[in-house]
Amino acid sequence: MNELLRQLLFLPEQRSSLAREIDGLHYFVILVTMGGAALITLIGGYFLIRYRRRPQDTPRPHPGAFARPALFLETVSLFALGFLFLTFWTIGTRQFADLRTAPDDALDVYVTGKQWMWKFGYPGGDSEISVLYVPAHRPVRLIMTSRDVIHSFYVPAFRIKQDVIPGRYTTAWFEANEPGAYPILCAEFCGTSHSEMRGQVIALDPVDYERWLAGGLASAPAFAQKAAAEAENELAEAEPTMPSRGELAAAKHGCLRCHTLDGTPHVGPSWAGLYRAVVPLESGGERVADEAYITESIMDPLAALHRGFPPVMPSYLGQIAPPDVAAIIELMKSIRDVPHGPDVPWDGGVPGSSVTPEGVTP
Amino acid sequence: MMAHEVEGTAPVHGAHEVDYLRAGAGVRSWLLTTDHKRIGLMFYVLVVLMLLLGGAFALVLRTELLTPGPTVISAAIYNRMFTLHGVVMVWLFMIPSIPNIFGNFVLPIMIGAKDLAFPRLNLASLYVYAIGAVVTLAATIAGGADTGWTFYPPYSTTTPAGVLPVVIGIFILGVSSIMTAVNFIATTHTMRARGISWGRVPLFVWAIYSTSIIMLLATPVLGLTILLVGLDHVYHFGVFDPTLGGDPVLFQHLFWFYSHPAVYIMVLPALGVISEVVCTFAQRQPASYWAIALSSFGIALIGFAGWGHHMFVAGMSELDAGIFGAFSMFIAIFSAIKVFTWVATLHRGAIQFNTPMLYFFWFLFLFVFGGMTGVAVATQSLDVHWHDTYFVVAHFHFIMVGGTLTAFLAAAHYWFPKMFGRAYSEPMGLLTSFGVFLGFILTFLPQFLAGNAGMPRRYYSYPAQYQWLNVLSTGGAYLLAGALVLALLNLLIALRWGPRASANPWRSRSYEWMTPPIPPEHNFPVTPVIDRGPYDYHLTEEEAHARVSTAR
Repeated sequence: MNELLRQLLFLPEQRSSLAREIDGLHYFVILVTMGGAALITLIGGYFLIRYRRRPQDTPRPHPGAFARPALFLETVSLFALGFLFLTFWTIGTRQFADLRTAPDDALDVYVTGKQWMWKFGYPGGDSEISVLYVPAHRPVRLIMTSRDVIHSFYVPAFRIKQDVIPGRYTTAWFEANEPGAYPILCAEFCGTSHSEMRGQVIALDPVDYERWLAGGLASAPAFAQKAAAEAENELAEAEPTMPSRGELAAAKHGCLRCHTLDGTPHVGPSWAGLYRAVVPLESGGERVADEAYITESIMDPLAALHRGFPPVMPSYLGQIAPPDVAAIIELMKSIRDVPHGPDVPWDGGVPGSSVTPEGVTP
Repeated sequence: MMAHEVEGTAPVHGAHEVDYLRAGAGVRSWLLTTDHKRIGLMFYVLVVLMLLLGGAFALVLRTELLTPGPTVISAAIYNRMFTLHGVVMVWLFMIPSIPNIFGNFVLPIMIGAKDLAFPRLNLASLYVYAIGAVVTLAATIAGGADTGWTFYPPYSTTTPAGVLPVVIGIFILGVSSIMTAVNFIATTHTMRARGISWGRVPLFVWAIYSTSIIMLLATPVLGLTILLVGLDHVYHFGVFDPTLGGDPVLFQHLFWFYSHPAVYIMVLPALGVISEVVCTFAQRQPASYWAIALSSFGIALIGFAGWGHHMFVAGMSELDAGIFGAFSMFIAIFSAIKVFTWVATLHRGAIQFNTPMLYFFWFLFLFVFGGMTGVAVATQSLDVHWHDTYFVVAHFHFIMVGGTLTAFLAAAHYWFPKMFGRAYSEPMGLLTSFGVFLGFILTFLPQFLAGNAGMPRRYYSYPAQYQWLNVLSTGGAYLLAGALVLALLNLLIALRWGPRASANPWRSRSYEWMTPPIPPEHNFPVTPVIDRGPYDYHLTEEEAHARVSTAR
């Protein structure tokens, strides 16, 4: 019966200790609501046919206009309905408390959500991306937070879902009742690749789990390796490319207020065609705009200033993280073939504090 | 078809007065009119345009979802598109639809008034709405918010998309809502003709009145909240940004404090329409007038206490979740009062079955099932699985499209003869109504199942196992769109070529049908004195006429 209803309603397999009980309430509620809607429609439909207007109707009132409505029946139905709702509520409240209260012996795993991946940290110090390895038959408590926007940790097979919120910790728990790989989905809209923010919970037999703890992925069973590879692929789809992350970083740090990406002259040199170009210096001489020169120019812009540009750029030393610098350089590489345009500085304003990027002046 | 003997060339109207459509000619006479009927018609045009626009966005979304991967648009466009669909359908179509079109048109006539209490404010609300629509659409199309209609921070305060212009547009639309609400409340209180006591106010007026109260109380909260998001986005106030000490969950409380009652802003007027349609076509007074009238109030008031059920998985305590769950179920009890009363009204009626009544029949199933699934998602432990999945999408589309749109269409057909003095084609009306229902079921029933299976909403790409449900749903969306366009065409054709309708083709006792086929500019040349209720079907037609006289 459980299996039949589960498949009729398209519910995923019940792979956590609480899933089956929750589905029981699900069946009850859906059958009652579906049945109630069908019943009231049938009654309404029957009345529509049974009491349709007869052709001999005259302007005189029809006898039904004087009939007393069955208000007693209506009141009884209302109380019956209220009682049904109360039943839903009572069971739902108890189950909700169960879902929210992790057993004391639960294994803690720290979860961090960020656009667009899940990171899992174990008390032992290991961490995993996208793949959460857990022992089956043992409660696991997730202690979760987000690094950027709100995400929601959702494992359909476990019937759990919990928003993951920046600035606070939320928890969820489950106990996988069978080894296997179960998809994790992000259920709260979190931006462009929201639908790619997926992962896998890999529940291992306790023996296999110990083996995995000691030896890593290579010592995990075949199904786990396959699921992990799948999660890896999904992660690659969700991760934006380096150049696009570079563009985000450049926008975030205000670089694009002075530097353009399409060769148009502006306050600073355009990044189009800049990578590996030979740059004439204000102090005489020239440098090749390679990784070293670009990094130096970000951290100490006035040390080797591009000739013809005002000395207005602030130092970003300590302001910009190394991965962002790398991403910006990748962005410059990706627009290496865009025509650089003339090396004339922008003349649309007086160089000075007014063109210093706001908010980033050290 | 609609040729019944005319009940009312009722005694109160002057036979030779020019109807409101011909009362003045030229663009100026329309754009500067203070006639509530003309303003209602102008809203009609704008709101139907918005419905078509929102529907077009929906078709793009459904087309994209035909395949698990990219189909026709990119993820970035998709995210803007579902935001647009939500914003347009909620604020530009659903909220103004029934109140601003049919409320504007029939509410004053229903209480024997010549116009609304503040006719100029009414005209202003039209222009404010138009400005809000232009700003919102221009902003969403030009820059495009990609936050969904819910604008959850910190995503909405950090996204590179342009959020501020969109929220300013919505803010302006809120101002229009408030203007309309004030007008309806004042009119209902002060403009009722002699004899129309509170116990004789038509049920549609009760519904619009309750709706107006919600609009008045809830809309300011939305306006200010959403403006804070916009300012946070541009100036980094940090009200909702945890890196600056703000709280993103606070936004959710404030947002749903408006947006949950907003569901009743969309649904209550629909319930009012259904009450009118049922009583008129069953030729019977409602099984309990006060049950329907006061349950509107119940929904309006308890509706303010259920917002937390949108946040069961946002870290809410078990106690809070329990309280919000219980309040939410209470709302369903009030809705059930209405449903039972309508069905009891049909009992022993003399039912004329036509297009509005067919829409009522669909409404009955869709509203009850949609509402009952509302109780299901208010059940805390079940909501954990369903929250933010397609189950919720299907649920609120059942309520808002299945409930509000079918009632909107029922109203469009029911009051068509009164608004335009012509009869639409009944066979075509019935046929398109069937199409709407089939398309609707095919679109949204698979979405319940997709949600059960675990497909989250706002997914541009999805695991392949959900594909065939999505294909069904997309097919249904095209069917629904086709049926809606045909229904619109049927009405547009009737506008020009439909046979002339009599003043009261449905033999209704409700007061708006006492006016000539097309009402004159001021509805009643002399304010009537009415000594009977709007559902007094136990009187003969002569008696019903005799109880309406003219005041001096």
